[in-house]
Amino acid sequence: MSWLTSDNPEHRLLDESRSTRSMLWIMAIMLFLTTLAAALGLSMASASAALDRQLAGRLTIQLVEADAARRDAAARTIVQRVKALGQVSRVAEVDRTRLAELLQPWLGDAGLDAELPMPAMIDVDLTSGDPAAVAAVTRAAQAVAPAARVDRHAQWLSPVAVFLTTITLFAAALVLLMALATTAVVLLAARAGLDMHRDTIAVLHMLGSTDRQVARLFQRRIALDTFLGGALGTAVALGIVWLLGRQAGTLGSELLSGVALDRSDWSMLGAIPLIFALMAMISARAGVLRALGQTL
Amino acid sequence: MANIVQFENVGLRYGTGAETLSDVSFTLSAGSFYFVTGASGAGKTSLLKLLYLAQRPTRGIVRLFGEDAGALPRNRLPGFRRRIGVVFQDFRLVPHLSAFDNIALPLRVAGMPESEIEGPVREMLAWVNLKDRGNAKPPTLSGGEQQRIAIARAVINRPEVLVADEPTGNVDPDMAERLLHLFDSLNRLGTTVVVATHDFQLINRIPDARMMRIERGRLSDPTGALRHPPGSPQGQAPA
Repeated sequence: MSWLTSDNPEHRLLDESRSTRSMLWIMAIMLFLTTLAAALGLSMASASAALDRQLAGRLTIQLVEADAARRDAAARTIVQRVKALGQVSRVAEVDRTRLAELLQPWLGDAGLDAELPMPAMIDVDLTSGDPAAVAAVTRAAQAVAPAARVDRHAQWLSPVAVFLTTITLFAAALVLLMALATTAVVLLAARAGLDMHRDTIAVLHMLGSTDRQVARLFQRRIALDTFLGGALGTAVALGIVWLLGRQAGTLGSELLSGVALDRSDWSMLGAIPLIFALMAMISARAGVLRALGQTL
Repeated sequence: MANIVQFENVGLRYGTGAETLSDVSFTLSAGSFYFVTGASGAGKTSLLKLLYLAQRPTRGIVRLFGEDAGALPRNRLPGFRRRIGVVFQDFRLVPHLSAFDNIALPLRVAGMPESEIEGPVREMLAWVNLKDRGNAKPPTLSGGEQQRIAIARAVINRPEVLVADEPTGNVDPDMAERLLHLFDSLNRLGTTVVVATHDFQLINRIPDARMMRIERGRLSDPTGALRHPPGSPQGQAPA
């Protein structure tokens, strides 16, 4: 841990009392925003995956038949035939009372009238979203009732999936932009540091110091500022993400329940300060070496 | 004695200006003591900068330790610089480091373990009569004390060549003599010493030393055989 402490005489070579702590706060703000963007991206990716898992194999067979007796008989036959197919995990006709409840906002109490011709709805869960299995279910249903229509839930919710994917990509782009901005800030800080400590560096060079030795002084300071500032910003951002996650959990929304971070997501977010500190260290080293390379 | 430094028709120009040094040729023997004299602006400091590798010549050849310094790749310069001790006219001590840490700098730069640094640094502090001032920061030291710290820093690595630019310019005559004594004792240990000065009284203190005189960027006495400028009373600078 001597890398972190100032007991090491090498760490005292640059007068750190002359440098401000602004770098630390800049990094805190940048990594706060980066962590929020990364959390958004990861949660959207997680929601998109959950949506995929939930809807990929979910179908509804709609059977339109004015004659209630024939409709019910056909529905029962379809349920039996579909149940016999492979890759089908569940088949159930939607309860008519439940259907009436769903229609009540549009039809009022008339929806409860037994004389009102309503289609039969059969929910089918497949073990996967394999198109061949969907085709088999469609064939089985249409063999009983040629007018039967099979709706894939994934198809109806595909705009939602596209939206989630778009947000995920947008968040990834934001993280990338923040990484580039951090690199630019680090390079500016390294250049400012070189100017500020020019006299000391000149003396070190005259005493036989190598460029790598000088670069090490800067990369350590900048990596430390990035890590400490980043840890602060990331901690605050993670707290906010946790609070938002808790609030989303209490809404009881099936869609929002998918917008949750699992353990690997939290670990990844927690590693952001370390990743950025490494990136800052490499950028500072490259920047300082390039600048020193232009001197004698 | 072997030649440790060799200049062959060296010219130095800063930017697009006129040449600061022109056609400078001389050799320095290992273990000798040299004075470089000349009026202010004559080119003494520029000559020393070429010696301690702060500049590359714009023409000619500067040969250090048998190698063409002008052709050395950048990554080999630190190794050469560690063989040369430099005492700057303005000391160039690192102000936020203690006297101890300033003297220890060349050893740390050379990668010496911390456990092996304290002994030599304490020895150097005693050698320059500042053993009680190890923790003092340069701004709290007098000019003479700072100069001695700068000398201690320049010699702690036992350099083969010691280059000093007007080392007595900022100190009183007593201190100047003591500093010169330090250089002389170092020279007796085998270090080649090159001191730039225009103080002829100082030059007379080291009778065995050779003298190189620079006038308007040209060396007027490259052999060093001419102890004093012609026509000037011994020990007096020409008017």
